[in-house]
Amino acid sequence: MEILVCVKRVPDTSENEIVLNSAGNDIERDDLVFSVNEWDNYAVEEALQIADRVGGNVTVVTVGGEDDEEVLRREMAMGAKHAVLISDEAFEGSDGKGLATILKAFIEKGNYDLILTGVQADDGCAQVGGMLAAMLDYPFASLVNAIEVLDGKRIKVCREIEGGNKEVNEVDLPCVLSIQTGINEPRYVGMRGIRQVASIEIPTPCAADLGIDPATVGAAAAKVRRVDYFVPAVTKQAEMLQGSNEEIADKVIELAKAKGGFR
Amino acid sequence: MRTFAYILHKAGVVDDSATELLTAAKKLDPGASPIAIVTGWGPDLDSVCDRVRTFYGEVWKIGSEALAYPNAELVRSALVKVLPTGSVLLVAHEHFGIDLSPGLSVKLNSAFVSDVLDIDGVEGTQVKVVRQEFGGQISTHVRCDVSSGAVINVRPGAFKAANGAPVLGQIVDMSDEVGALSAKRRYIETLVAESGGVDITKYDVLISVGRGIQEQGNVGIAQELADAMGAAVSCSRPVVDAKWMEKSRQVGSSGKTVKPKVYMACGISGAFQHLAGIKGNPLIIAVNKNPKAPIFQVADVGIVADILEFLPELTNKVREARGISAKAGGRQ
Ligand SMILES: Cc1cc2nc3c(=O)[nH]c(=O)nc-3n(C[C@H](O)[C@H](O)[C@H](O)COP(=O)(O)OP(=O)(O)OC[C@H]3O[C@@H](n4cnc5c(N)ncnc54)[C@H](O)[C@@H]3O)c2cc1C
Ligand SMILES: Nc1ncnc2c1ncn2[C@@H]1O[C@H](COP(=O)(O)O)[C@@H](O)[C@H]1O
Repeated sequence: MEILVCVKRVPDTSENEIVLNSAGNDIERDDLVFSVNEWDNYAVEEALQIADRVGGNVTVVTVGGEDDEEVLRREMAMGAKHAVLISDEAFEGSDGKGLATILKAFIEKGNYDLILTGVQADDGCAQVGGMLAAMLDYPFASLVNAIEVLDGKRIKVCREIEGGNKEVNEVDLPCVLSIQTGINEPRYVGMRGIRQVASIEIPTPCAADLGIDPATVGAAAAKVRRVDYFVPAVTKQAEMLQGSNEEIADKVIELAKAKGGFR
Repeated sequence: MRTFAYILHKAGVVDDSATELLTAAKKLDPGASPIAIVTGWGPDLDSVCDRVRTFYGEVWKIGSEALAYPNAELVRSALVKVLPTGSVLLVAHEHFGIDLSPGLSVKLNSAFVSDVLDIDGVEGTQVKVVRQEFGGQISTHVRCDVSSGAVINVRPGAFKAANGAPVLGQIVDMSDEVGALSAKRRYIETLVAESGGVDITKYDVLISVGRGIQEQGNVGIAQELADAMGAAVSCSRPVVDAKWMEKSRQVGSSGKTVKPKVYMACGISGAFQHLAGIKGNPLIIAVNKNPKAPIFQVADVGIVADILEFLPELTNKVREARGISAKAGGRQ
């Protein structure tokens, strides 16, 4: 099975506090630590496990710039066989549809049975996977938390719905799935693994290579555009307890008792 | 601009989001009389339409056996057939909306905006909305060109249901427009979540731990506090994803809904999917080392502290207060 996983490099929310910059028009980007979008890492692990089970190859792809190469190498160190960096100035300012248009052009040059994305990017909209599927006319399932390959033509997937319930679906291949966190336990990647893939050449096709009409992507084609970042006015604020931990602990006990929480 | 709202329903019961979408539609265009779209099959569909017409002036009913279960691919085909070009469709941003809307916007050739919290102004065909990124750590304004229509996913709970006077909207049966439907993805069954050993929905006090607990070995710190208080330990999603706790302990939209008297959120940032699982207006006590964590805007009481230091101290105090010796309240 040929599996493609779409990955994105994002500011790592577990390593950074995301704050407004001093100009108030963007997030503070100095000293940001980046990593692969958490959902995408689960997607790569899932692809590797499927390839282990039924045979096949895993390719990772990102649309971005030079800086984004590091996440491709990381995912190669995990076991992805090929990596592709799709890059062109014309892509800047693309909205979700722009990104899906770019990925579609790339996918049509290949021969993938299964395409995985993350459910959403930390700085995204939970949209690229569903858009991509619709453009390709492939079936789509979002929020996938289990995959079973039935045969070369169909797979069975579970979607995470309300209350921790699972919706079981049968999906024809080729298809696009957006992967939910927790579907597996992504393997650890050490520095050594990353060094081993450091010199592998990563192809970087541009718009012309993929036959993409620049008018269909980038800022000019985008119907949806982020104007700014801001911190909303605080409408409600908790009563902040001050003092030593002991004093605070006493207060917490008092409040919890008053609420009938315990005796 | 014609505005539509896709109505979620289950077992004949209309989802809360139906009235919230009405509020959002009015905010988008105060003069609009949005049309509700209800898909389904059988008696459930009729009872849902009867209910929805008490607050929407017009209801489009789409009945088809294929739509008995809301399979997003089938619903999409149906909507593409009935929606006029340039329509604006509002959908609740939960598991079905996430499944349906991005692809639908492609098929309608309209814009898509995801997980909208507020509508901040409309200028001609430009709609300005408020969204959040990075798990709610920061907000953004997003401009969307709706000149060729739009699908707008609205965050559940973000718009208050309006208490308008009841109306008696007309029901328009659009079923014939839809015809036969088939999909490359087929619904098979729903597997209901197991309840697990400890039923967190049954406790008055929950000590809930988030990613801030840092490692599985630290969960015991919360368990000790819970034992001392006669409470249970619940958690946020990353704790389950990391396999530190069972799925049955997860609070939130994709986990359990709980109604305790006291909810203590420890190292939890306060993402809306987590908060969606906390009902019944408990006393929310948040402990977080980041004074700017969004949880402090929903909690009643806030404590800026490292949970690994604060929780053991609280445990000692609780034991003192309840006359429990450290041994008796030890780890399980
Ligand atoms: C479709 C979907 C469904 C979802 N369903 C759910 C759901 O049902 N339930 C759920 O919880 N989430 C759900 N999520 C995930 C949700 O969006 C958030 O990612 C998640 O709730 C964040 O969990 P957290 O607060 O534990 O982690 P984080 O957001 O990483 O926050 C950790 C917090 O801990 C604090 N912290 C770190 N260390 C310490 C310390 N030593 N002491 C004190 N504080 C510390 C940090 O300041 C931070 O505020 C869902 C997401 C999606 C896309
Ligand atoms: N620039 C990109 N390059 C490759 N894949 C992407 C990119 N942006 C988003 N994706 C994929 O689409 C998923 C959803 O992203 P989003 O719709 O932006 O929230 C991500 O988890 C990735 O799998």
